[in-house]
Amino acid sequence: MNAPAPPAPPRLALVNVSKSFGAVQALQGVTIELYAGEVHALAGENGAGKSTVVKTFAGVHRPDTGELRLNGEPVTFHGPADAQAAGVAVIYQEPTLFPDLSVAENIFMGRQPRTSLGRIDRRAMHAAAAELFTRLGVALDPRQPARGLSIADQQVVEIAKAISRDAQVLIMDEPTAALTGQEVARLFTVTRTLQQQGCAILFISHRLEEIFELCQRVTTLRDGRWIGSELLDGLTTDDLVHRMVGRELEDLYPKQDVTPGEVALKVSRLTREGVFTDVSFQVRRGEIVALAGLVGAGRSEVARAIFGVDRWDAGEVEVGGVGLPSASPTAAMAAGLALVPEDRRQQGLVMDMSIERNMGLTQLRSLRRASGPGPLISRRAERDRARDWATRLQLKFSRLGDAVGVLSGGNQQKVVLAKWLATEPSVLIVDEPTRGIDVGTKAEVHRLLSELAAQDLAVLMISSDLPEVLGMADRVLVMHEGRLVAEIPRDQATEESVMAAATGQLKGKAAA
Amino acid sequence: MAEGRTAGGLDLGRFLRWDVVVAALLIVVFFGGAGLSPDFGNTDNLSFALGDLGEIALIALPMTLLVVCGQVDLSVASVLGLASALTGALWDAGWAFETIVPVVVLAGVVCGLINGLLVTRLGLPSLAVTIGTLSLYRGLAYVLLGTEAIAEFPQQYADLATTNVPGTPVPYPVALFVLLAIVTALVLHATGIGRSLFAIGAQEDAAFYAGIRVKRIKLVLFAVSGVVAAFAGIVYTLRYGSARADNGVGLELAVIAAVLLGGVDFDGGKGTLGGVIAGVLLIGLLRNLLMLNDVATEIQSIVTGLLLIVSVLTPRLITAAGQARARRRHRDPAAAPA
Amino acid sequence: MTAIAEHKPAPPKPGTGGGDGGFIDLVLRFRELTILAALIVLVAVTTAVNPRFLSAQGVEDIFLNASILVLLAVGQTLVVVTRNIDLSVGSTVGLVAFVVGDFVTNSDHGLVVAVALGVGIGAVCGLVNGLLVSFCGVPALVVTLGTLYVIQGLNHYIAHGEQISAAEVPQSILDLGNGAILGVPYLPLISVVVMLLVGYYLRAYSSGREFYAIGSSPEAARLAGVPIRRRVLTAYLASGVLAGLAGTLWLARFGTVIADPAKGWELKVVAAVVVGGVAIVGGVGTVYGAALGALLITTIGSVLVVLKINSFWQEAIVGLLLLLAISADRLVALRLARVLRKRNARHG
Repeated sequence: MNAPAPPAPPRLALVNVSKSFGAVQALQGVTIELYAGEVHALAGENGAGKSTVVKTFAGVHRPDTGELRLNGEPVTFHGPADAQAAGVAVIYQEPTLFPDLSVAENIFMGRQPRTSLGRIDRRAMHAAAAELFTRLGVALDPRQPARGLSIADQQVVEIAKAISRDAQVLIMDEPTAALTGQEVARLFTVTRTLQQQGCAILFISHRLEEIFELCQRVTTLRDGRWIGSELLDGLTTDDLVHRMVGRELEDLYPKQDVTPGEVALKVSRLTREGVFTDVSFQVRRGEIVALAGLVGAGRSEVARAIFGVDRWDAGEVEVGGVGLPSASPTAAMAAGLALVPEDRRQQGLVMDMSIERNMGLTQLRSLRRASGPGPLISRRAERDRARDWATRLQLKFSRLGDAVGVLSGGNQQKVVLAKWLATEPSVLIVDEPTRGIDVGTKAEVHRLLSELAAQDLAVLMISSDLPEVLGMADRVLVMHEGRLVAEIPRDQATEESVMAAATGQLKGKAAA
Repeated sequence: MAEGRTAGGLDLGRFLRWDVVVAALLIVVFFGGAGLSPDFGNTDNLSFALGDLGEIALIALPMTLLVVCGQVDLSVASVLGLASALTGALWDAGWAFETIVPVVVLAGVVCGLINGLLVTRLGLPSLAVTIGTLSLYRGLAYVLLGTEAIAEFPQQYADLATTNVPGTPVPYPVALFVLLAIVTALVLHATGIGRSLFAIGAQEDAAFYAGIRVKRIKLVLFAVSGVVAAFAGIVYTLRYGSARADNGVGLELAVIAAVLLGGVDFDGGKGTLGGVIAGVLLIGLLRNLLMLNDVATEIQSIVTGLLLIVSVLTPRLITAAGQARARRRHRDPAAAPA
Repeated sequence: MTAIAEHKPAPPKPGTGGGDGGFIDLVLRFRELTILAALIVLVAVTTAVNPRFLSAQGVEDIFLNASILVLLAVGQTLVVVTRNIDLSVGSTVGLVAFVVGDFVTNSDHGLVVAVALGVGIGAVCGLVNGLLVSFCGVPALVVTLGTLYVIQGLNHYIAHGEQISAAEVPQSILDLGNGAILGVPYLPLISVVVMLLVGYYLRAYSSGREFYAIGSSPEAARLAGVPIRRRVLTAYLASGVLAGLAGTLWLARFGTVIADPAKGWELKVVAAVVVGGVAIVGGVGTVYGAALGALLITTIGSVLVVLKINSFWQEAIVGLLLLLAISADRLVALRLARVLRKRNARHG
């Protein structure tokens, strides 16, 4: 029976797994097999379900249907602890460390080296941490508290944690998003070592060239559906993109050509110490300007400062020629600014509040005036306005009184857009406007932004989605480590030129 | 996960709202009480029961706004005590009562502003801050008056606190409460400020990003809480005819119990003023009923404590049960894919 | 390990690696040192005014008075470090003191029975709190506020206006509260031993560190597979047990016990813990700091008496201390965040 070397079953696998959250179908019939000694890529657009796959492997989510298999045997992870016990280590996009505890304790929490009496052997723990850092080639002090570490260093701590666990399966959810070229190379070296030691690795990245460089096999997801698993050998970047997107790219980006009008937003030498430095640019009416760069380059931080969420230390912001005070969203709104923030769940919406009230939250004053004298709000005005915007943005909902949390991601984003467009802004800043929403809605959002620009709105768009940046923007501003390093006009913007600037390989020859 | 919870909670929320449950409970207690004790239902007793609740009811109004906004003010009873002590001390020093009232109310504003500034300027948790000022304000009350009791306040003012509005069975403080309750209900449920409060309590970041002046609103709320507590201190002093430093010790617990019993979520963002009023009345009637039936006063605090725990525990259990059911429901049809 | 520097292309944070750890360590230690300094100044000034303050009797009194508060502060530290709070300890102490007193009055029950009963009652109270908080997910403040009420009511109900009188309490128990071994009174001895044990456990044992992990980042703790519910339950159980022990010691020390004798102590305990540097948002602080906070608060009480300052100031001062402590913590944290941000900027 077992004579001719049967192929070993995959270390860890999802077989025909489906998972939904409320109304949102996150995964549908997904199968992924992770083999020992192989680096497996998971490809898909934002919102394709990659993070749900990661969390299912990690024991955070349990499949609604389908199976999780460990070495070929069905297994149920009742929580992260079960997954860890089974040898699964996960490195999340955003590291989750204990800020108050030392780096060494973060690595060894729950598994500290002990003396014969069962107490923690701190010296051994620090030595072990130091040794791990030596292997990884980084200089971190094991005694230092995790609070205040850079994202890259936090990532290193997470990787050290996984290595120290002797993980059989390593899941890496966009580990390179915030790393520089050198740091990525270092990470790949470590990953290959683990691979040679027989570890099964799942690797997620938005940078396709990284996938081709590091991985042997790829599984593609689109809108939570499994598209296929195949060897990367013989596949081209275009093939992969086609599988991820499922249609020609051009269809998605209907940016109309417009002649830019007057300057609507002018940012001069804006600085927030330790976050971004000396950022200057302008956005004209009718223009869509993209702000590109790696995660952690300071793009969202610039947007937050402009809108007044964060204080700035130096520089000026002018909207329509009028200077804004630092740190006052109220003043920014009065001047005609609107910000669709990065984190929809925390910053964009009040999840438990109804659709209509979320939409009305930015216009409490005008809703008040509409109902005549006194400070009372007219519910009818609130509802009428909400219905109006719901129609204009083709929002899919059952009742305006429903909590916004029951909508799908794309429809939630429409509510955020409606909430801001209803303030009739002259400058719209959108931070990752299509992150985590389905392709159909994504196209709608793009069309909407394009129309708005055509109607003389100035749009500043922050996006990590390169095709989106290239397709939508009239100009691309690129940030690297808190500085604006390049301004690339539409006809010269390519994946290569933007990525080169974003990864800091452009220093010296700067703006094209 | 979060989405699942929202959906499950909402489903059930449509059929079973906690504030409605409390209101129903209130009716049951009312009629049950009338059956149990013949004195319970008569107007004299009811107006006494209401009057006895006066301070708790008054302070519960701003407390509702604070808790909806995700904050809490544990120092209210100490502000009440300080106000009482200050009233006594000033009266003892020969001040005119007409001057004392504004001065005491002003002191309440200051107490509230101290809470509010520590919370908004330094970003400290309101729980920690107001545990500190609870101790501080009560201590200052003792410093002012020691263990003395000041009595014999002018009759016309004492009457205001103890007698009924002419031609009605409603004591003046209760009438004031009704007035303030209407204002508070309108603010909470029909103005932009109310919308802002819910938004801040449910998702402070999102409220801030929507241009709501979060800090200013919180500061004002703490100040209002201070004012109302100070005013309640004057009422308390007049009602008992005695100004003491230890007036109203532990009252903050009764107020919070009433607010939470009324279905306001301690984590902020959810609640109705109607529910709180039902909660206040329920606690008041229960106390009165226990008293009429000669149940030892000690039992009252047991009942209050249990009510507090049950009122927070029950909605959570209901939600958890709903979620479990939603999960099961979800799994079954999904097992047979189309 | 000396090769670390060679691997790193650009010299990162030159020489600050260890220095930073030291700096932040110092900030944390700073709190305990500040309290110690405040204590010393307080004692020195008071002694200068009234030399009898530092007499053997005076010092012994302070330690006797502080020991019960220290016990409670140790329990509270366990709870607060996990980002929770236990407001029911004051009423638990009262209930235990009264019930144990009632049980041993005019009986031949010995010390062991008294302690066992006290600790048992405390454990039940702690268990109820812990179950409601960790398994039912009810906010800690609400639960413990509720149990504060319930336990207080029970106490009054049982007492029914009566009080325990010292004359009826067996001598063996009273000896525990007022006796000494080799000149060292039992009470402070017990508190110090408990403090050292718990402190050692929290620092040296893996499960002890998990208390800090939970308070520092519940989300990270969950992902790291820390048994959060069990640890939180343990924290409340410990707080209840220590409150039970404290209640028994209360009886032993005072003999005469009215209903709900430790009314309001929950706030004193929270103040002691916070003044001692335990962050109210969890994750930070030691039992030693909390014990120092308790000692400081007790000492202030004695100082007021010795300096003939109106003792009514004590409550106000406790409140003020608490506010100062949390404000100072916050300001230091903000300052630290700014320093770290700017340092990141410099090293890019």
